[in-house]
Amino acid sequence: MAYNRVAAEDLAVFRSIVGEDRCLSGDKILPDYGHDELGGIHSMPDVLLRVTSTEEVSSVMKHCYKRNIPVVVRGSGTGLVGASVAVEHGVMLETTAMNKIVELDRDNLTVTVQPGILLMELTEYVQGQGFFYPPDPGEKTATIGGNISTNAGGMRAVKYGVTRDYVRGLTVVMPDGEIMTLGGSVVKNSSGYSLKDLVVGSEGTLAVVTEAVLKLLPLPKYTVSLLVPFPEMDKALAAVPELLRSDVSPVALEYMGQETIRCAEAYLGKKFPDHQHPAYLLMTFDGRDEKTVAVEYDRAAELCLSLGATDVLIVDTEERKSSVWTARGAFLNAIKGSTDLMDECDVVVPKSRIADFFRYVETVSRDTGLRIPSFGHAGDGNLHIYICRDGLAEDVWQEKLSAAFTAMYSEAAKMGGFVSGEHGIGYGKRGYLASQMGEEYVALLRRIKAAFDPKGILNPGKIFEA
Amino acid sequence: MELIVCVKQVPGTTQVEMDPVTGTLKRDGVSSKMNPYDLFALEAALTLRERCGGHITALTMGPPQAKSILLEAVSMGADSAVLLSDRKLGGADVLATAYALSQAVKGRKWDILFCGKQTTDGDTAQVGAETAEFLGVPHVSNVTAIEDIAEDHVDVRVDLDTHVMVQRLPLPCVLCMDRDVNTPRLPSWKRRRELTEEPIEVLSVADLPDPDPKRYGLNGSPTKVERIFQPEKAAQRQMIYGSAEETAAALTALLAEKKFLQEV
Repeated sequence: MAYNRVAAEDLAVFRSIVGEDRCLSGDKILPDYGHDELGGIHSMPDVLLRVTSTEEVSSVMKHCYKRNIPVVVRGSGTGLVGASVAVEHGVMLETTAMNKIVELDRDNLTVTVQPGILLMELTEYVQGQGFFYPPDPGEKTATIGGNISTNAGGMRAVKYGVTRDYVRGLTVVMPDGEIMTLGGSVVKNSSGYSLKDLVVGSEGTLAVVTEAVLKLLPLPKYTVSLLVPFPEMDKALAAVPELLRSDVSPVALEYMGQETIRCAEAYLGKKFPDHQHPAYLLMTFDGRDEKTVAVEYDRAAELCLSLGATDVLIVDTEERKSSVWTARGAFLNAIKGSTDLMDECDVVVPKSRIADFFRYVETVSRDTGLRIPSFGHAGDGNLHIYICRDGLAEDVWQEKLSAAFTAMYSEAAKMGGFVSGEHGIGYGKRGYLASQMGEEYVALLRRIKAAFDPKGILNPGKIFEA
Repeated sequence: MELIVCVKQVPGTTQVEMDPVTGTLKRDGVSSKMNPYDLFALEAALTLRERCGGHITALTMGPPQAKSILLEAVSMGADSAVLLSDRKLGGADVLATAYALSQAVKGRKWDILFCGKQTTDGDTAQVGAETAEFLGVPHVSNVTAIEDIAEDHVDVRVDLDTHVMVQRLPLPCVLCMDRDVNTPRLPSWKRRRELTEEPIEVLSVADLPDPDPKRYGLNGSPTKVERIFQPEKAAQRQMIYGSAEETAAALTALLAEKKFLQEV
């Protein structure tokens, strides 16, 4: 599809909408705006607009729609699949200045926020008010807008679900500048198609989110984690379905291998409290008081030992939680810091197939000669697998990377899994989505996109080819 | 090697109220945990035992509910525990506390007494040193590592802010461990479940070599708290302006001045 680049007349319009200082073009745009967190995909926008209101977004979209200029929305730029990269140049709307908490509704247990608020800021605010926003993706500096656009999951998905489960309503700006409200603060809603749920996870391709009503829960008063070492990966992962069908209800259930732990230790310059075992499950329990939580983790501990765990270690104080969860939170950056370039595979497979998939990754690693560290949300089947370049020449790297991805995604599909559990498709994973889902499916996605965005100006070339 | 580790039960949160009359912490209804500094002391003892064998006793002075941190110490790997508990010990300042602990240690066979360098509730950082004085043995604080151990002495690395020193102490001695010098291991649920009997010896003042009640608790405490208050929180911000080179140079100088950076 042919789009217009941003011309001098367009710049004048944008300046009149957002003001001189929030309209940056050419060399004024820092190179960081040309890529996201993973790198590998670089393309600069013609103009960067730091928007501050729904009305500004609407005016910009009206102009871009009329002029057929592509628009990409960007929050903190922490995405991992190139979804917020302006591959067709044009306009980049940065939402980080739209970071206000609009309203805390204590009666309906909702908080209304602008999209640029960071996940860590939202969490701190609601917890200070005695409430709980459960979605907990590892990247705490991501914006809520970014979380909504990828339907981010995180570690608490096992018990509490993902971002989509906590979005009650959205204010969006359509590609032609029309402002619409989708959903609201109600609990139930069977009033026609749930367009709100379609926008969540659409990676900025259907509409621009400018406000979100998020569901909250009362804050659990007490939390304890268990770090459970196992003598081998198979035993650890075989315990996962057993734990999930038992009468315990973990908030999070993570798998980590010794290699990843060592990598985090080297990166943080700090020892993990236990690292001599080949495989670990890390699980968390929460509740209103110590006794209730203890009953639950006692049962889980007993079960783990009966399933071959070497020990069960208690992570109960702030200091202990910090020593374990800081390392867990650093896995991505630790692996990133251990190599010159990496790409990631964020597949989701049925929980019962996790061990099979990890074993398959080992064979891919052997066959391609690539180092492929991994860890995973064992409780929901979402695995994070990192393919490290480790100094390979560009042509060899691309060839091996493509072979590894093709093998892993096709194996995941055979197991009943999907390309992305929480990071999205963006630019980097389009081909793998198309080959798994087939032409008919992608054609339906295109028709949905066309219904929202007939000119295809919103984040073109993402999820599927434009 | 016979090792003793002093541990203390402290509030599990920093949001604790003070009793304005007695000047003591209102501990009722507040969750508690082992003093985080003591975890570094216990880990140092456990690592030393792995190196040269021996026996670890966790020791605390406190109310009966302080048993929970002794069980925690045992779950982390201590072999036994001693609870010094008596109403007569209530309201003790650092001097009375150190005297009571020294009395609990006297008469036992021991080589090294480990303490955290301070607690998160009192923050006085004096109990370890005073206990050593009452026991008549050498002590050193701010210990970051045990460099070497022999039958009659121990070499330790000590961080004194301005310089680092390696000191040799004859045994027995008292070592007060600095913070963040190791990663304390986690308590084992399995080890705790496998305890067939409570490995806790409970002592009262009457069991101590010096049972004189005037030496303990409020009676033995010369420190009187006049007033207790929250310190004002001070936050400072300094803006640095200039080119990238100028601001980087100014920031480096500032960080070096505050000792956040040092030449390698």
